[in-house]
Amino acid sequence: MSLNLWRYASPQTFYRFAGTLAPWFLGLAAALTAAGLYIGFFVAPTDFQQGQAYRIIFIHVPAAWMSMFIYVVMAFWCAVGLALNTRLSFMMALALAPTGAMFTFVALWTGALWGKPTWGTWWVWDARLTSELILLFLYIGFLSLHAAIDDVRRADRAAALLALVGAVNVPIIYFSVQWWSTLHQGASVSLTRAPSMAATMLVGMLLMSLAAWMYAIGVSFLRLRSIVLERESGADWVRELLRAPA
Amino acid sequence: MTAIGLAPVFAAVVRRDLTLALRRRSDVLTTLFFFVIVVSLFPLGVGTQSNILRSIAPGVVWVAALLASMLALVRLFASDFDDGTLEQLTLSPQPLVLLVAGKVLAHWLVSGLPLVLIAPLLGLQFDLPAAALRTMTVALLLGTPCLSLIGAVGAALTLGVRGAGGLLALLVLPLYIPVLIFGAGAVSAALDGMSVNGQLSVLGALLLIALALAPWAAATALRIALE
Repeated sequence: MSLNLWRYASPQTFYRFAGTLAPWFLGLAAALTAAGLYIGFFVAPTDFQQGQAYRIIFIHVPAAWMSMFIYVVMAFWCAVGLALNTRLSFMMALALAPTGAMFTFVALWTGALWGKPTWGTWWVWDARLTSELILLFLYIGFLSLHAAIDDVRRADRAAALLALVGAVNVPIIYFSVQWWSTLHQGASVSLTRAPSMAATMLVGMLLMSLAAWMYAIGVSFLRLRSIVLERESGADWVRELLRAPA
Repeated sequence: MTAIGLAPVFAAVVRRDLTLALRRRSDVLTTLFFFVIVVSLFPLGVGTQSNILRSIAPGVVWVAALLASMLALVRLFASDFDDGTLEQLTLSPQPLVLLVAGKVLAHWLVSGLPLVLIAPLLGLQFDLPAAALRTMTVALLLGTPCLSLIGAVGAALTLGVRGAGGLLALLVLPLYIPVLIFGAGAVSAALDGMSVNGQLSVLGALLLIALALAPWAAATALRIALE
């Protein structure tokens, strides 16, 4: 195989690559969402304890997963950028952050909607909820720090360092359930033992999680393309691209 | 140029920053009085029933300590950045991590330690019993250096940035939350007559982690800011 993966570290190459793939990811996201929501709302049985209210997990759980996972991916690209000085890594991190913040917000919002009928309150100061809220603050901090520094190179590196410092928080989120005794139920999905939910519920949730993945990738690629154009606006290939009829 | 050992350099940085702070005493006092005033506002807002005051005291004192320590952070690197001292420090043959650690220690001595010393007095205003006062002092003694260390990273990141003050709060306060939880938790546990070893141990662990990672992260942030 003579495929040179480093080629894709060039903003110009990746711009085209992302442009080709983004519609596919978004299309898959739409299809998977339709299938997942259908199973979630029409096929999956009503929960014996929580009634219909539990169905919000089809949105809530994927959003919560993605909110944390995107932060890890973002921190990974920040680390790569700081270590290897690759411009595209920083752009990738910056493109991911708004999507991560959106998923964090959705996870908190749907959690509140689920908490009202189930726990009888919109919000409890439980470890996982609090950690999720802190995660939202971290995303906002990352974006504001980046926005506050005019010099793009410094903004990239400063925000990247902040993301890595904040990454210390992600394991705290994960282990908080074990650390503090909480109201929040423990994880229902586990790789080591049989899941404690009906198979159709699990299928619906996994489909929705895949949809969230596809959406996150597709949207970040589109955002990445805008960032590349903005930053490379002086480059010849961008000028040619903009001159040519689309 | 003769090479200077690491310990004398560290001591020199601490001594220099302490001398500077001594010459600008009002800065130190501002932080301290900010802390006192914020804590004193709560009885005026919440009411003066001693059982309510006792139960909110741990949180109030800790939140005020967080805010006061954050207020002081802006000064940690700013004046050295403005007059070029910081660039000289990064050019020195000694590791920047060590110099940053020295600056943070000096900063804690002038902005953190006074809070620890005055906190028992404020605790008395909130009718805290002696055991809780003792725990609060120990917890603050372990927690405030953590705040200075974590805050140093934020201060270095926002150096010379537009609207640095507000941004600093946004970056640093979320990272302060674990210290707040365990610090206030220790005092609350002491109030309830429970063992406080768990919370104090976690605070100690947080301090060790911060001590190991924060100076390094702050030094990296300074290099990014000075590029």
